[in-house]
Amino acid sequence: MTANGILQIALYFIVLIAAAVPLGRYMARVYSGEPVFLSRLAGHMERWIYRFCRINGAQEMTWKTYAGGLFLFNLAGIITLYLLQRLQGFLPLNPHGFPAVPPDLAFNTAVSFVTNTNWQAYGGETTMSFFTQMTGLAVQNFASAASGMAVLMAFIRGVKRTLSQTIGNVWVDLTRSVIYILLPLSLIMALLLVSQGVVQTLESPARVQLLENTMDEGGHTVSGQEIPLGPAASQVAIKQLGTNGGGFFNANSAHPLENPTPLSNFMEMLAILLIPAALCITFGRMLKDSKQGWALLAAMMVILIPLLGVCLFNEQAGNISFWQMNIDQTASSLQSGGNMEGKEVRLGVANSALWAIVTTAASNGSVNAMHDSFTPLGGLAPLLLMQLGEIIFGGVGSGLYGMLMFVLITVFVAGLMVGRTPEYLGKKIEAFEVKMASLVILIPATVVLIGTAIAVVINPGLVGISNAGPHGFSELLYAFSSAANNNGSAFAGLNANTIFYNATLGCSMLIGRFCLMIPVLAAAGSLARKKHVPAGAGTLPTHTPLFVLFLVAVIMLVGALTFIPALALGPIAEHLTWIR
Amino acid sequence: MHTMAKSFSLLDKQTLWQTIIDVFLKLNPLHLVKNPVMFVVEIGCILTTLLFFQALFGHGEERTSFIMAVSIWLWFTLLFANFAEAMAEGRGKAQARSLKGARRDVMAKLLSEPNRDATASVVPGSQLKKDDLVLVVAGDTIPGDGEVTVGVASVDESAITGESAPVIRESGGDRSAVTGGTRVLSDWLIVRITANPGETFLDKMIAMVEGAKRQKTPNEIALDILLAGLTLIFLLATVTLVPFSIYSVRATGQGSPVTMTVIVALLICLIPTTIGGLLSAIGIAGMDRMIQANVIATSGKAVEAAGDVDVLLLDKTGTITLGNREATEFLPVEGTTAQQLADAAQLSSLADETPEGRSIVVLAKKEYGIRERDIKSLGARFIPFTAMSRMSGVNLDGREIRKGAADAIEAHVKARDGGFPEEAKSIVNGIAVQGGTPLVVVEGSQVLGVIRLSDVVKGGMRERFSELRRMGIRTVMITGDNPLTAAAVAAEAGVDDFLAQATPEMKLNLIRTYQAQGHLVAMTGDGTNDAPALAQADVAVAMNTGTQAAKEAGNLVDLDSNPTKLIEIVGIGKQLLMTRGTLTTFSISNDVAKYFAILPAAFSGIYPGLAALNIMALSTPQSAILSAVIFNALIIVALIPLALRGVRYRSLGAAAVLRQNLIIYGLGGLVVPFFGIKAIDMLLSFLNWT
Repeated sequence: MTANGILQIALYFIVLIAAAVPLGRYMARVYSGEPVFLSRLAGHMERWIYRFCRINGAQEMTWKTYAGGLFLFNLAGIITLYLLQRLQGFLPLNPHGFPAVPPDLAFNTAVSFVTNTNWQAYGGETTMSFFTQMTGLAVQNFASAASGMAVLMAFIRGVKRTLSQTIGNVWVDLTRSVIYILLPLSLIMALLLVSQGVVQTLESPARVQLLENTMDEGGHTVSGQEIPLGPAASQVAIKQLGTNGGGFFNANSAHPLENPTPLSNFMEMLAILLIPAALCITFGRMLKDSKQGWALLAAMMVILIPLLGVCLFNEQAGNISFWQMNIDQTASSLQSGGNMEGKEVRLGVANSALWAIVTTAASNGSVNAMHDSFTPLGGLAPLLLMQLGEIIFGGVGSGLYGMLMFVLITVFVAGLMVGRTPEYLGKKIEAFEVKMASLVILIPATVVLIGTAIAVVINPGLVGISNAGPHGFSELLYAFSSAANNNGSAFAGLNANTIFYNATLGCSMLIGRFCLMIPVLAAAGSLARKKHVPAGAGTLPTHTPLFVLFLVAVIMLVGALTFIPALALGPIAEHLTWIR
Repeated sequence: MHTMAKSFSLLDKQTLWQTIIDVFLKLNPLHLVKNPVMFVVEIGCILTTLLFFQALFGHGEERTSFIMAVSIWLWFTLLFANFAEAMAEGRGKAQARSLKGARRDVMAKLLSEPNRDATASVVPGSQLKKDDLVLVVAGDTIPGDGEVTVGVASVDESAITGESAPVIRESGGDRSAVTGGTRVLSDWLIVRITANPGETFLDKMIAMVEGAKRQKTPNEIALDILLAGLTLIFLLATVTLVPFSIYSVRATGQGSPVTMTVIVALLICLIPTTIGGLLSAIGIAGMDRMIQANVIATSGKAVEAAGDVDVLLLDKTGTITLGNREATEFLPVEGTTAQQLADAAQLSSLADETPEGRSIVVLAKKEYGIRERDIKSLGARFIPFTAMSRMSGVNLDGREIRKGAADAIEAHVKARDGGFPEEAKSIVNGIAVQGGTPLVVVEGSQVLGVIRLSDVVKGGMRERFSELRRMGIRTVMITGDNPLTAAAVAAEAGVDDFLAQATPEMKLNLIRTYQAQGHLVAMTGDGTNDAPALAQADVAVAMNTGTQAAKEAGNLVDLDSNPTKLIEIVGIGKQLLMTRGTLTTFSISNDVAKYFAILPAAFSGIYPGLAALNIMALSTPQSAILSAVIFNALIIVALIPLALRGVRYRSLGAAAVLRQNLIIYGLGGLVVPFFGIKAIDMLLSFLNWT
């Protein structure tokens, strides 16, 4: 770890928190229906949308109605996105003349973007027309992010309300998320990215003359290169802000036209954690107990920072095999040092490691380096962050509601330990909530383990693996961890564009998204119906450092212990074999 | 406090045999399926046993002796858990047996009408129905629960309460309830039976202590769900190791896939068997501790709810203050000395047998050295208190001394053309403001002064209330006194709030108000007029001396009829939850060490590098796995005493309790197994069993 690297990382977290606090407060006002500076402009738009869609914004919904609305909305998204891909050959804005996307890939991609996963089994610039990217993928980037935020709001209302059957209106939550929060932020972000050189155009690919001629496989001389362009900046902005992560280009944010400069890199990383961090503040503000929000943010940090340390340390330490060959990998004024395989030289080790950690902590999944080329332990950290259930920041909304399910479990055990029926924020945590929280923890773990188990024993699974030994196993484990937890980043190395992987990973994403939203909304409904228990000296405070530490311990024991055996056969075995 | 439970020893031969038989009876899968964790253990046991037989016939996946050892210790894990449950139940069953002794079938004298001389027919007690009238005379056992309709008698209730001193039961009022199985010592009673056969208090008690009617409490159900969830997660984590290791063997070309025996061993070490095995024992033991405190819970839910209570309604009289007021001061008016006043007051009270009267005599003796005189030898005539005069006093040598409430005395003096001095009025008001009761003493038409009668707060109440406050429990004093008096006593006793001039409706409303605010309310009561409030309260402790209605309305019955018992009950409720919580934490944090024992043992054949994870330096893979399994079984036994006794509860704030328990059971749970497993491994190598 170099001083320069640590300094950059420190700066990153300072700016992150400084930006998250005002944004968090702003979002709290938006969701509480209080006036904000955008009210005049966005308010018109909001009312117009309600009138056009015949929505009665004042109508309250039970959790079942709320969930029903949300699923219809997302189902419509999947169908639309599927059709757009299948029909893109007949649709405009297709300068490359791309044909229809194959059905299995179209299904996988549609599910992937609607579930906020953005797993990409395709290469953007070689598969999708501008029309598909703009009206399909980018739109779902907004819609899926808003869906996550809506569920979180429903849950917050569940905690806040007393003896209430309803948890808000799904259409209002979706609309407000988009037009008050995601759209304005994306607009600013896109302009900033354009200033750094991210392309934003509907032009056909640029053709350039190569400086030096080269040969293709057939032995023909190649003198020119075609550089794909497109409306990238607008899509990159929301891909980062909405923790989507689906790149415009195949190389994602390692691509120089998607992430050209260290400054664009910094802004994109900031955008990944911005809303998830700010939502912690929003949570505290909305419950009129800011400390509760800070406690959750602190718990996330307590897990994130050590794992970042593990990743950064191992990446900067370099490749053991190179050391054995006496290759100098120390950082100096002439070289960045460390393990540079698969990393962009303009970004370096520290920024690649930080990106890998924040993109897997949040369920973003965009990459600026090849995770497959990380050292075994450097790759273990991102893998573990996904396996914890994407709750360390996690997806916008979904990360926090996932974290809150862990909080419920922690509160339950801690409450018993102090001799009282557990309660969180004045609501008693009883069998039903424990059941729902257990499901949220159980379901993604089940999908990851069973999915990987099937893939390692049957042939359609095995053919996709390109690396031998434990590393191949890590690739598979990573793919299912990424899909089931809606992260979307790939370890690469795995050829995932096969019917088997498109289907299994597609289903993993669906289960990992919607089978978690149902229990969370059900828990919200159940909490809303409960009485509020006033806090007293016998009430367990849930904002203290002690509680935060216990929460972290529960996350690590329940979330991580599940995967220890699998990790032992993947990255841990690889590392231990390597150092012998 | 008498405790009947302590008189039963576990080593009582019959109990011991019963426990051992139960341990094996509980292996019945139909019984175990209610406990998902232990059910999985049983399946694991059966599986390894089958693997053992397979190995015996030469197709073993591991060494036969190893499979056998794992299998045996897994069976032990199950048996130990059953033992914990049987032991907890055994204690209850022993009590039930002694209670059943009281349920001897007695012959009852069935009366045709509530009249001692009515015709009586002799029928077996078990055939009595509700509203039958029976005659019970000295020496008879009362045949069933009922209410005394005629008569008064002393009754020996030791069979139920363990209290050997007889109690008085009489018709009317709050002492009319009698319990079947108790014995009339003197006089006679006519009892109207209030419970059908099989529904009597004794029957309920027996069912309760036997655990037959034990239902899972809400928190227990929630914990069960969590444990089932964890079991599923670990089931997946271990079972998927089969394909994972098959892949790894293929990828590396060395080692062999993990065997079923090892998978089962790992699974059972990881699932929360410690808490799963002890869960029902903890619940039964909690109920048992209630019984040891001489409290009968009519539902397990009430025991648990007791831990959640955050508002405690306490009757002032008898709970917070001593039952009666006492004279604490003599306040003479101008022209009279305190000595004179005390003398007059004592004279007027010599024949007054009320507790107030006695306390005046005692105070005069204590403060002014005026000895008690014999009223007969003085030739004095005692004037008793009547509702008309509202005074009492004495006529002696022409002196007419009276004492009474201020207004009564004022009328008395005015009738004799005397004056009621302003000074006396202000003293009277002063006493009332301070919460005391003023008694004015007059001789002839001359007011001598005022006696102050005060409530005497029981010793140690202030400390108990501040202890409750630290526990997060608010105390509310209920009294029929006026608000001024109530406020003064409340301040002295240190309660958080009070309800003055309380009527049964006001009590009920107060409970509802608290409940609407989300509080859980506990109260004690004994009278029939307490019944509605008892029924409304979340935790309602009825005094055993109370009426049948009160006992029916309450969900706990205190056999000692001690109103401060509530505080103890809250402690027991909290202990119950804490024991579950701490053992859950302990159980889960144990897993870390077990991974370090089993993973290197299972996989270092495939990836030799994984041997580096064997940080405990366990001798062989077999010994490592076996040590973890043995540790997992023995820890259940080691924790049985804790499960039965309960985690100690101290009235600190919630945060402090959590910190303490996390250090002991969380951190302890992390560290202890490392040493335990290593020690077992060393022992196994020493004995050369590996």
